[in-house]
Parts: sequence; structure tokens; C-alpha cells
Amino acid sequence: MKDLKESLLVALWFIFLTFPIMVIRVNTIEQVVEWRWHNMALAGIGGFLLSFLWRLSLNRRERGRPSADASSPDLRAAGGRLWTDPRIRRPAWAALALLAIAFPFLFSSYQTNIMTTALIYVMLGLGLNIVVGLAGLLDLGYVAFYAVGAYSYALLNYHFGLGFWMALPVGALLGALFGILLGFPVLRLRGDYLAIVTLGFGEIIRLILENWNAFSFGPSGISNIPRPGFFGIALSLHQATVYLYYLMIALCLFTVFVVDRLQHSRIGRAWVALREDEVACEAMGIDKTRTKLTAFALGATWAGMVGVIFAAKTTFINPASFTFMESALILSIVVLGGMGSITGVILGAFLLILTPEYLRAFSAYRMLLFGTAMVLMMIFRPQGIVTNVRRVYRFSAPKGKGDETVRA
Amino acid sequence: MDGVLQVKQLTMDFGGLRALNRVDLRVRREEIVALIGPNGAGKTTFFNCVTGIHRPRGGEISIAPPGGKTRRINGAKIHHVTELGMARTFQNIRLFPQMTVLENVMIGRHCRAKAGVLGAVLRDRRTRAEEERIVGRSHEILVTFGLAGQADELAKNLSYGDQRRLEIARALATEPFLLLLDEPAAGMNPRETAELEALILQIRAEEKISILMIEHDMRIVMSLSDRIFVLDHGEMIAEGTAPEVRANPAVIRAYLGEDFDAPA
Repeated sequence: MKDLKESLLVALWFIFLTFPIMVIRVNTIEQVVEWRWHNMALAGIGGFLLSFLWRLSLNRRERGRPSADASSPDLRAAGGRLWTDPRIRRPAWAALALLAIAFPFLFSSYQTNIMTTALIYVMLGLGLNIVVGLAGLLDLGYVAFYAVGAYSYALLNYHFGLGFWMALPVGALLGALFGILLGFPVLRLRGDYLAIVTLGFGEIIRLILENWNAFSFGPSGISNIPRPGFFGIALSLHQATVYLYYLMIALCLFTVFVVDRLQHSRIGRAWVALREDEVACEAMGIDKTRTKLTAFALGATWAGMVGVIFAAKTTFINPASFTFMESALILSIVVLGGMGSITGVILGAFLLILTPEYLRAFSAYRMLLFGTAMVLMMIFRPQGIVTNVRRVYRFSAPKGKGDETVRA
Repeated sequence: MDGVLQVKQLTMDFGGLRALNRVDLRVRREEIVALIGPNGAGKTTFFNCVTGIHRPRGGEISIAPPGGKTRRINGAKIHHVTELGMARTFQNIRLFPQMTVLENVMIGRHCRAKAGVLGAVLRDRRTRAEEERIVGRSHEILVTFGLAGQADELAKNLSYGDQRRLEIARALATEPFLLLLDEPAAGMNPRETAELEALILQIRAEEKISILMIEHDMRIVMSLSDRIFVLDHGEMIAEGTAPEVRANPAVIRAYLGEDFDAPA
């Protein structure tokens, strides 16, 4: 009842606010004032409905909160059971794998290209997830490592004719090196201060690439970067696209494999502990310096690697591809998907990269929708689409010899 | 000498404020020592200096692990101090809230394990065996602390008393020879306090370690401590067994004020 009244007030306020622009129109030709009363009705009803919905969902959230702790384990368990049930899981995985393999044959080159782009962001998201999601270090300059990877391939190819497969590990290595380079000065910082310094670092790299003409060819960039080779066989454009798609699938699987193992290791635990409480983490005997630097280095490794692939995919790079917007986008993927959750980051990447591609009709409103979605997410589901579930260890062996298996 | 921790003339300043002034303290093997004093006396500062969170201005802090050799640890890094065998808890609980109870204890095992990035990715036999040992030992500790039933619960969902105990469990997982407890009984009800008392005695008996604790609850201090040190305004004003300290006029003055026996 109170909600109805409040919503009514909001609707009236809306009518008042929109009155001058929505209702009154001065027709300068006929020299008369037109009163568009139906617009007023629309504004009123729209405002009322929106406000009422808003209140309703907020209330539901408030009411849901006390019981959330009690009910969520059940829900989680149900989800987990659904997921671990082999009757459901195996066909689901098989269908997914089949779709992934068949994709280039079912859809056009254009679609495959978009999918490859999405996969690139999956890898970037997973890399940043190590730094932001696990270790809790807010990095706003992640795109710098992406640029390092891309330029290392482009430049090594230009000067020394290095091929894609040689450049891939080199790019990864250089990414890691720059990760450590950034890591050292920011060891003492956390939170907002860390975010600002990393942001600055990202901009420095971009500005260097833009202005050091002799080194990076400035804003005009580097073109004619070769696509990845396939045992020296010349591929047509379509074939190359498909090849790159499969390559990305393989690399994504590799990334998921490595990140998953890291996450559930001694080092992964140390990252999470560092995120949770830095002082306690140190007091428990964890070397903060080393743990932070590993997080930065390993996170940057993936960005360096993806950078090489990006350069090979577009065959042309310039500093405009590595702006702060990219960093923000990758960070959004991690936050939207669910920090620390691999499935979440993959979902987030597909959502944020594919939706704008398929909703080109609304491209004018893209940023508006993007912002709205983010605000709504933060209010109603701040932990992201997929919540990271902590691993459960089981003890079956006699005391002192714990055996561990994954249940969740 | 049988002192595992020896602090001599420890001095610490914050800006112009002298928080600790030439403080001496010694903890012997398998001894429970309490550090008491009014609020703001410098007790936690003392802990922070010993565990490496603050770098002391002057003085000597040296440790002699049982079976190890004596070494000076002034200005050693925090994690290094823990590795050497001194683990602590915090006055305001500092668990890892989003990790499970078991994982919290497993973090304590971190410095006793070695697996690196490569081991984590390849998950070779050595890494797997090490992980198994970590899980096994952590579980054992949880059983000792009566927390095994909640091993998979997130730490933040535990009751207050359980969180305090988990913090001690986590510290114990680092295999210390000296456990530093910062107000372990703070905020506990009498029943929980009694349980804690029994637990501390059990830890000492089973693990054969020394315990240094800051505590305001005089009942637990008097009943547990072999020796008590009293700190006031950064100065060590008294040292001795429980009856000695209780009768010490300087201690009474510090706690109850200058004019305590004037009217008598």
C-alpha cells in the first residue's frame, strides 16, 4: 500500500518534470500551442509502473536477504547436483562441444569472426580474473599487457620476420615481464590507489606507442602482420578465419585448464587470502610481495598471449585498439560474470561481446543500456552472474592422510 | 638459556609518542605468559613489534626455537617471522571471511609447503602428496578444535566464539613454537571462556609450545599464566607470578589510580 502511494507520487513528479517538454508544443507555423495530453498520461503511467516495479524488486531483495543464507546452500546444492548429475552433465557438455566444433560450418565467416573476438575476450577476462577476482588487486591498466603482446608480435615480425608460433610464447613472456615491472612499484598500494596507478600505467604504454614513432610507427600503426601459419600451407581468408577460431577454442580450453588448476592450488589459496585480508595473510606466513607479483605476472601472461593473437587476427594494429575503454570492458566482463568464477567470466565475455554485435539496431543506445545493466547488477546481484563456490575437500582416508576430491 | 623469546630494551615511537620504552620480556619453553595492562599501555604495539608488523626503534628481539639456534629478528618481515615459528592472532578477528573454515587453516600451512606455479599447473605427484598432507593436517587441527563439523562452512558464517577459535587453529597450523594471542577471550561469554581456557592448556600439553597472550579477563590471566608481565604507558612496571603481581602496589596503582590507598 505504501509502495502504491510512493509510486503515485513519483508518477506525479514525473508528469510535472516532463510537462514542459512532453506536453506543451508551440507550433510556430500555425502560431498555436498544442497540448499533447496523451503524452502526459504516458509519462504518468510509465513512471508509475517503473517506480512500482523498482520498489517491488527492492523489497523482494530486502525480504530475501535474511533467508538467503539459509536457502542458498540448498539452492547451490541443487544447482551442483544438476551439474554433477552425469545424465545431465555429459549430454550438455557433448552438445556444447559439438556446437563449438560445428560453429564455423553452420555459420558464415562473419559470425565465426565475431565468435573468435568473443573468445579473445574470454581469455582476457580469465587473465584479468586472476588479478582482480582472485588476488583482489584492482587493475585498470590491463590493456597495456594486451598491447605489449600485440606489438611484440608485430615488431618482431617486422624487424626479424618472426612467425606467429614463435611470437606467441615471446608475447606471453614479455607480458609477464611487464606484469612484474608494473607489480614492483604498486606493491604497497591497494584499492583506489592501486587502481589509479594501474590506470596511469595503461595510459603510459599507450602514449609511448602513440608517440615514439621510430619504435612503434606511432598512430599509423603496423600493417601486414601475417596470420598464423598452418604448417606452411597457404590459407584462403575464410580458411584462415576458421583456423583462427579453432586455435582460439584450443587456447581458451588451455587457459581454463591452467587457471582452474592455479585457483585450486597453494598459490590460488594464497591469492584469495591476500584479497580477503592482507595483514592476516602476511601474519600467516605468506610472502605478500611474491604472491602479488605472481598474480600480476600470470595475469599479464594471458594478456600478452592474446595480444599476439589479436595482432595476427586483425593483421593491423595501432594504439587506438588499446585505450582505457578496452580495460574497462575487460573489467566489466570480470565483474559482471562474477569475480573469481571461471564460468562466470566466460558467460560475461559472451554476454558483453556478443550482445552488442547482434543488437546492432540499438547501437545508439549501447552505452546507455550498458550503464543501466551495470547499475542494476550492482544493486541486485553484486557478486556477479555466477557466484564463486568455494571448493569442498573430503576426507576418506584414515586420520592424518586426508584424501581430497571436488564436490562443488 | 631456555627462553624461546627474549626481548631486551625494546623501544618504539609513533611520531613524538613513545609507545614502548625499554621493555624487557622473556618467554621460556612451554610456558604460558600473560601481558596485561590498562588500555593504551602498548600491549598490541609490543605484539606488532615482535611479529614484524612494526619495525622497533631500538632494542633487541631474539628468538631461540627449541632445537634451533638463537637469532635476532629485529625488522624481519612478517611472513618471515611466522616462518621462523611465531604465529599470532588478532585483537579484532581477522579471518578470511569468504574462504571455508578448512581453507583458513590450510592457509596456515602455506609456509610449510613449497608447491610453485609449475607444480600447480602440472599437478605432479609431489604436489598432490603435499596437498594431501596440507588437507590432512588441517583437518586434524580442526578436529582438535572441535570445528571439523563446520569445515566446509564459510568462515564468516561461524559464531563469534568459533571464529576466535578458528583464528587460533589457523595460527597453530603454521607450526609455531610460540603462539601469540591478542585478547583471545574478548567478547566471549563465561562458558566460552572456560572452554578457551581448557583449549589453551590442551594446546600447550599436546603441541609443547609456549604461549604469550594479551588478555583483559583477569580470571583467565590469573588461572592460566605461569608468569605475568604488566605494561603501563609503554613501561614494564611489574613481572612475576599471579599472586606476586596481584600484590604489587605499582600494578594496583596503574589499574585503579594514584589515590587508591590514600583514604585508608
